[in-house]
Amino acid sequence: MSFFGRLKAGLGKTASRLTETITSVVTKKKLDQATLDDLLDALVMADLGMEASEKLIKNLKSKRFNSEVTEDEIKETLAEGVAEILAPVAIPLTPDPNRTPFVVLMVGVNGSGKTTTAGKLAELWQSEGKTVIMAAADTFRAAAIDQLKLWGDRTGTEVIHGAPGGDAAAIAYQGLEKAIHASADILIIDTAGRLQAKQELMDELAKISRVLGKKDIDAPHATILVLDGTVGQNAISQVKAFHEATPLTGLIVTKLDGSARGGIVVALAEQFGFPLHAVGVGESKDDLKPFEALDFGRALAGIDDNAADAD
Amino acid sequence: MFEGLSEKLGSVFDRLRGRGALSEADVDTALREVRLALIEADVALSVIKSFMTVVREKAVGSDVLKSVTPGQMVIKIVNDALVDMLGPDDIPLNLNTTPPAVILMVGLQGSGKTTTTGKLARQLFQKDKKSVMLASLDVSRPAAREQLRLLGEEAGVAVLPEQDNENPIAIAKRAMQAAKLKSADILILDTAGRTTVDAALMAEAQDIAKLTKPIEILLVADAMTGQDAVTTATAFKEAMDVSGIILTRADGDSRGGAALSMRHVTGCPIKFLGVGEKQDALESFNAERMAGRILGMGDVVGLVEKAAETIEAEEAERMAKRMAKGQFDMTDFLTQLRQLKKMGGMGGLLGMLPGIGKMQKAIKAAGIDDNYFNKQEAIILSMNSRERRQVGLLNASRRRRIAEGSGTSVQDVNKLVKQYQDMAKMMKRLGKGGGGDPAALASMFGGGAGGGDVMGGMPPGSAPGSAPGEMPDLSKLGGGMPGLGGMPGLGKGGFPGLGGMSRFGGKKKKR
Repeated sequence: MSFFGRLKAGLGKTASRLTETITSVVTKKKLDQATLDDLLDALVMADLGMEASEKLIKNLKSKRFNSEVTEDEIKETLAEGVAEILAPVAIPLTPDPNRTPFVVLMVGVNGSGKTTTAGKLAELWQSEGKTVIMAAADTFRAAAIDQLKLWGDRTGTEVIHGAPGGDAAAIAYQGLEKAIHASADILIIDTAGRLQAKQELMDELAKISRVLGKKDIDAPHATILVLDGTVGQNAISQVKAFHEATPLTGLIVTKLDGSARGGIVVALAEQFGFPLHAVGVGESKDDLKPFEALDFGRALAGIDDNAADAD
Repeated sequence: MFEGLSEKLGSVFDRLRGRGALSEADVDTALREVRLALIEADVALSVIKSFMTVVREKAVGSDVLKSVTPGQMVIKIVNDALVDMLGPDDIPLNLNTTPPAVILMVGLQGSGKTTTTGKLARQLFQKDKKSVMLASLDVSRPAAREQLRLLGEEAGVAVLPEQDNENPIAIAKRAMQAAKLKSADILILDTAGRTTVDAALMAEAQDIAKLTKPIEILLVADAMTGQDAVTTATAFKEAMDVSGIILTRADGDSRGGAALSMRHVTGCPIKFLGVGEKQDALESFNAERMAGRILGMGDVVGLVEKAAETIEAEEAERMAKRMAKGQFDMTDFLTQLRQLKKMGGMGGLLGMLPGIGKMQKAIKAAGIDDNYFNKQEAIILSMNSRERRQVGLLNASRRRRIAEGSGTSVQDVNKLVKQYQDMAKMMKRLGKGGGGDPAALASMFGGGAGGGDVMGGMPPGSAPGSAPGEMPDLSKLGGGMPGLGGMPGLGKGGFPGLGGMSRFGGKKKKR
C-alpha cells in the first residue's frame, strides 16, 4: 500500500471526524466566524494544539473569509496549510556514507516504540546492503535486551549487549568499538525509555552521548526522538527536554495506524522545525515510512484521493 | 502531572483576585482561560464542553460569600466540579468471585500494560497477601512474555511458563487450568497491545474475555495521551466490559487531561496511577488530590499526610518554643534540613505544594536540589557543638576548616551562615509577633532566587482538610505560602522544615 493509503487507513477516524465537522459546519454559503470557530475546534481535536490550529484558521480566514466556499475547498485549503508547515521538515533519514560507522542514537519516553523502530531501521538498512550493528543500551526494562536480540535474529543484525542493569553508556561505547572494528556502516543504539521530567535519567542520556564522542568526536551522528503518535501536547515538552539533554537531529512518530491523529507533528514543526524522518504506520517491519507532507495534510483533512492510492 | 495547568490557572485567578463582585463577564473571562488551559492539558474537547456547562451554571447563579474573593469562589466551583468528574476515588479491585479471580489487562501498545501487570501482582501478593499467578497472552511483541516472567519473578509470584506456537486463546485456557491447579486467588492476564482500529485484535480480546470471564477488565492508558484518549476509551468500553482505568506515567510532566477525558467518557473509575519505574510505584487514585493539582492548589493532602508521618509532634512543639524565643541554632537548622529531606527532599515536597510551578523553576535555577541539602548537612556536621550554638564564633580559619571537613568551599560555608542568620532573624521577628517580608523566605532557601518574584505568581490556594461542600477557610491563606497556613495536624510549630512560614503567611493576609 502507498504511504497515502496506509496513512489514510490509519488516520481514517481522525479524518472522518474532521470531515464530519467540516460537513456539518459548512451549511452556510459564506465562511463566517462561527464556522471558523468550529473548524478551530476540529483541528484542536486532532491534537494540532492551539497555536498551530489558530495559524491554520487564520490562513483560511485570510484566503476565504466571507467568500462562498464549498466543503472541498475548505479541506483543500486546510490540507495545503498543513503541508506548507510540514514540507520543510519532511526529510528522510539517510546515513552519511562518508561517516562510518554512522551512529544512530534512539531516545524517547517509555513505550514510545524505540526498540521496534530500531528493529525496523535495521531491517531497512540491511535490505539496502549496509552492514548494521545494534547496541542494546536499554539495560533497565525487563527483557528489553531480549526484545532487541529477537529483532537482531529477525533481521540478521548483530546485537551488542551486556547484563541487565549494567551501564548503558558502556554498552553504547562497546557497540561503537565493535562497529568500528567490524567496519560496519551503521550502528543503532537503543536506549531505555525515560520520562523527560526525570533529570537523573536525562543526565544518563547526555552521558551516553558524551562517551560516544570520546571514540568518535562526531558521534552520535543522528539522535532520533521516537514519539508516540497518541501523545498530545506533552510531545512539545518531550522534544524540548530531550533536545536539552542530547541535541536531537530528527523525529520519528510511531503508532499512526491507530485512531490517533498525530496532529501534534504540525505543532512540533511550527515550534521546532526538527526533521520528521518517518512515521510508523503498522506493526510489521515494512511499516516505517518516509514522511510526506502533502499526503499527511490531505489525510488529516479527509480528502479522498484515489490517484494517490494508485502509486 | 498537571503542573502546567495549575500554573495557567494560577495566573488566571491572579487576575480575578481582588475584584469586588463576580459578574457574568468575570466568569466568562475566567472560563475562557480555563477552557484554553484544559485544551493545552489535552482534555478532550467534548469533555471540556460538558465541564464548562456545569461550571458556568453553578458560577453565574451562585452568591459570592462575604469572606472570599470572586476568584476564590470560581476556584471553589471549578474545583468541586473537577472532583465530581474525576471521582469517585479509592475504588478497590473487585475480587469477589470464585477463585481464581481473573483480571484482564487491556490497552494500546506501549501504554505500560506489562509493567503495570507486574506492579499490580506485586501489590496483591506482598501487600494484600493473595496468591497471584501471571500469564502473558502477548505473542506479538518480541520478548513480551520474557518481560512478564522477569517481573513476576521479581514480585515473587508464579508466572505461566511459555510454550512455543501457542495462540492467546490457548494460553488463556492453559492459564485458567494452571491457576485452578495451584489454587491461586488471582490470575492476571496481560494481553498484547492493540490499536483501537485493529478489529482482529479487538475481537481476540473479546474472545479471551468470554473464555476467562474476568471480574475486572482494567484499561491501562498513558497519562500523556492526547485527544485520542476519548476514542481509545470509548472503543475499549464498547468492545468489552471495562471495569476500571489505570493511568501510567503519572509521574511525568504531562498535564494529564487524559484522566479527565477517560473518566468522563467511560464512566469507569480510575483505580490506580503508575508513578515511577520501580515495581512498587503504583498508587491508588485520589480525585481531590488530582483536582487540587489541576487547580494549582497542590497535593496538600499528600503533603499533610507525609508531614504527619515524618514529623513528631513533640519535636515540632520544642522547635516552636525555641523559635519564639529566638534560640534557633545550627542544630535546629540541621533538624529542619533533615526533616525536609525525609519528606522526599525538595523535589518531592515542592511537587506537592500549591501553585509551585513558577517557584519550582526559580528554585531549580538557583541550584537548589537535594544535593544542596546534603551539602548543607555536611557543613553543619563539620562544626563542633560550640560553633553550632554560637555561630558568631565562625571566623575565617574556622570556616576554612569546616569547608575542608565537609568537602565544600568557604563560599558554601558563608552562604549557609548567611541563610541561617536570615532565618534566625525572621524567627525572632515572628516570635515577637512582628510582620515580615515573604521575600525573605525565598532568600532563605538559596539567596538570589529572586525573592518576591518567586512567590509572586502563586495563586490563592484553598485550605486543605475542609469538609466537602464547605467553603475552605481562605483567610488562612497567605501571599507567601498558600495552603500551608491552615495545615491541620502540625500543632503550633507551624510547618517544621520550612521554618515559621505558615504563620507568617497567615499574618500577611490579614493586613
